[in-house]
Amino acid sequence: MITLTDFLIVSAGLFCIGLFMLVSKHNAIQILIGIELMLNAAILNLVAFGKYDRFNNGGQMFALFAIVLAAATTAVALAIILNVYRRYKTIDPAKVDKLRD
Amino acid sequence: MSLVQLLFYIMSFIALGSAIFVAASKNLVRSIFMFFITLFALAGLYVLALADFVAITQIVIYVGGILVLILFAFMLSGKETLDAIQKQRNQFISANKIASFILAALFFVTLLIMIFKLDANNLLWVKNSIKANNDIKPNAVMTDNIGINLMTTYLLPFEIISILLMMALVGAAHLARKEQSQ
Repeated sequence: MITLTDFLIVSAGLFCIGLFMLVSKHNAIQILIGIELMLNAAILNLVAFGKYDRFNNGGQMFALFAIVLAAATTAVALAIILNVYRRYKTIDPAKVDKLRD
Repeated sequence: MSLVQLLFYIMSFIALGSAIFVAASKNLVRSIFMFFITLFALAGLYVLALADFVAITQIVIYVGGILVLILFAFMLSGKETLDAIQKQRNQFISANKIASFILAALFFVTLLIMIFKLDANNLLWVKNSIKANNDIKPNAVMTDNIGINLMTTYLLPFEIISILLMMALVGAAHLARKEQSQ
């Protein structure tokens, strides 16, 4: 029997790896991957708790919504990254420090 | 140890190990491809949590959509800038990295303490749901139920999220378009 605590520990690990990537990387794409890891940790928790709701499926439903939201976020973020690269010739967020004019 | 438990440990080991590799690898393309593995292992974990429809959605949207998008963005932003970033990172290897590692480790410890204090298996609503026979059994087929719920109980969030998805896609297309030279 897999307990809820096992799922929570795995998702805590994923979340912390995502946090590490978010703080330490100098590359917008890697930071985006870190954010995706954190989102996946949250979705894992939703799914794990959703096991105890058979009639309304609350957890699984909002896990689906979170996946779709992550897709939308990624599309917009990648468009922004492309634009930033075109303007600054770098995707290091630490170096993007000027406004338009 | 039952087979399900063994599978769970294998899957979570693969997920965590490949996530650590993604975080540690210096090569961006390699880390993106290892991220594939993480997502597949997570889909396996969803199956073990008896959410097969979510697992399929994860594979279709994440692996089929998001990762291809990330690869495209990587190929469209130039190679030389990535190399420059890597070289620079090699020079001052650690101060930044050690600090963020300590941050992540401390956060992990905090989360672990919270999880063990929470003791999720003995939560009141979880116990009530097991008592009321409201938990998903391993042989249940949940997909029809999810479809019915999507069109009845969760109709409003569903519509809102579809409008938001459309707005995000239009916005992304607008942002990614080449600017007219003035």
